[in-house]
Amino acid sequence: MNDFIASIGLEVHVQLKTRTKLFCAFPAHEEGDPNVAVCPVCLGLPGAMPVMNGEAIRQTVKTGLMIGSRIALRSTFDRKNYFYPDMPKNFQISQQAAPLCLGGAVEIDVGGQPKTIRVNHIHQEEDAAKITHLENSSEIDFNRASTPLMELVTEPDMASPDEAMAFLIALKEMLIYAGISDCNLELGQVRCDVNSSVRPAGTDLLGVKCEIKNMNTFKGIHRALTYELARQVEVLRSGGMLVQETRRWDDEAGVTLPMRSKEYAHDYRYFPEPDLPPVVLDAATVEAWRAELPELPAVKRARFIRDYGLPEYDVGVLTADQALAEFFEAAAQQSKNCKAVSNWVMGELLRALGEQGLGIADAKITPRALAALIALVDAKTINMPAAKEVFQVLFEKGGDPAAVVKEKGLAQVSDAGAIDGFAERAIAANEKVAAEFRGGKETALMFLVGQVMKLSRGKANPQLAAEALRRKLRG
Amino acid sequence: MAMRFSENADRMDVRYVAGLARIALSDAEAARLQGQLDDILAFVGELKKLDVSGVEVTDVATEAQNAWRADVPIAGLEREATLANAPLARHGQFVVPKVIE
Repeated sequence: MNDFIASIGLEVHVQLKTRTKLFCAFPAHEEGDPNVAVCPVCLGLPGAMPVMNGEAIRQTVKTGLMIGSRIALRSTFDRKNYFYPDMPKNFQISQQAAPLCLGGAVEIDVGGQPKTIRVNHIHQEEDAAKITHLENSSEIDFNRASTPLMELVTEPDMASPDEAMAFLIALKEMLIYAGISDCNLELGQVRCDVNSSVRPAGTDLLGVKCEIKNMNTFKGIHRALTYELARQVEVLRSGGMLVQETRRWDDEAGVTLPMRSKEYAHDYRYFPEPDLPPVVLDAATVEAWRAELPELPAVKRARFIRDYGLPEYDVGVLTADQALAEFFEAAAQQSKNCKAVSNWVMGELLRALGEQGLGIADAKITPRALAALIALVDAKTINMPAAKEVFQVLFEKGGDPAAVVKEKGLAQVSDAGAIDGFAERAIAANEKVAAEFRGGKETALMFLVGQVMKLSRGKANPQLAAEALRRKLRG
Repeated sequence: MAMRFSENADRMDVRYVAGLARIALSDAEAARLQGQLDDILAFVGELKKLDVSGVEVTDVATEAQNAWRADVPIAGLEREATLANAPLARHGQFVVPKVIE
């Protein structure tokens, strides 16, 4: 592969997170019985007229703003004509001549190598119905028909399957962050057409392009590209010629196969959609939508490292989920110990959420309470095992950590007299171990500290206990 | 497939268009329809004689803009009504002849 350069471009179709379909007011994302969220418009019945869902426009424009696209202040829709039972009106309403978003770029990082992947444009279109192919017939469910899609088309800027993967992951993360799509791959909310070509190293002209249609897992895309690029190189190496064609990935066999030309008529005969007026935006609307955008994941990561002095690993975990990042940040701003906040969020909080299959919104503990709990530990009012016990109460019931400490009697015993008493009892009950320590076995002390903790029912300050024991054993 | 057509082509191959539309034509039908199609294109072609150099290109016929709908769902059709016009239905779905091999 070293003497060849690969160029990969993606056409990414993303279902937008709207409540209704793109051109009718019936529920989008219906996952129940087939054909229950349909109407004459999405069934493509003659005479039914589309009406634009403004929310879909807003979501697509916001995506463009996130990646630095130019937003078209006037945008129009076109009919893409094709004949297939997933689209019974025989055309898909899409945008060809004047899409909503032009240009833009997504930053990726593969193995510490940053790279900019340019985006050609993003356009708005409707999804097709879902077809299930059976032995002798095909069944069609129109619940998905007219679900709002945006199609994001990149330039052929990716040079490896890893870069394509990194691009998709970065895009998915942004879209989830901004609430534009859930990007649930299992539900087919992200689907890709993958274009690739290879050319000899040292040449500039792109090679002959092959398109792999309708990929719906990132892993599948990676595997398909790995296979396809090797196939193309092999054809060229053996003196063959590549033809521009559309191929299909056979996941089981692990190969790409040419599609029959009947399965993809490329002559779509686009023409302007007469039933939809143009979308005209003013700068104030676009700016208002820009103001709704969240801080992007990459920006947030850099800021967490800078502002909270956290290691990269912590930042990766904390920012993977926007709600978690918000929780961390709210707690960190009320705490003097940001690293401890990070440790508690990544450790106890994620563990507790994971055990019960909950989201951060379900946790009863507030960021303020977590910060207060950490302050109690740092002030040595409670020790770590007690803090974990308090955390569990706060997680399940909420409340104030100081009150929980009081109620459960968990405050550490730091009173010298009481600790001395526990130490004396521990030594008296374990003369043999005490003798070992006196004989130079330093680790024997840990056992005695454990005994003090046990006698105090976990409440003794372990550091003070160790000091008291040393004093009494040496004295 | 045979000749493609574009917006600028003078002629449209009826067999090519029929192929896109999955319509089978006999030779006699193809010949008859080709003649009709040629006549239609010639008729529309009259427009080419007009001088439109001073006319702004337009893509819509009305002054309307946006005309958006709020993102608020309403209940769909009853499935029985949805499938009532289907030549064949099964498992709550429309059934069509198999479309891939």
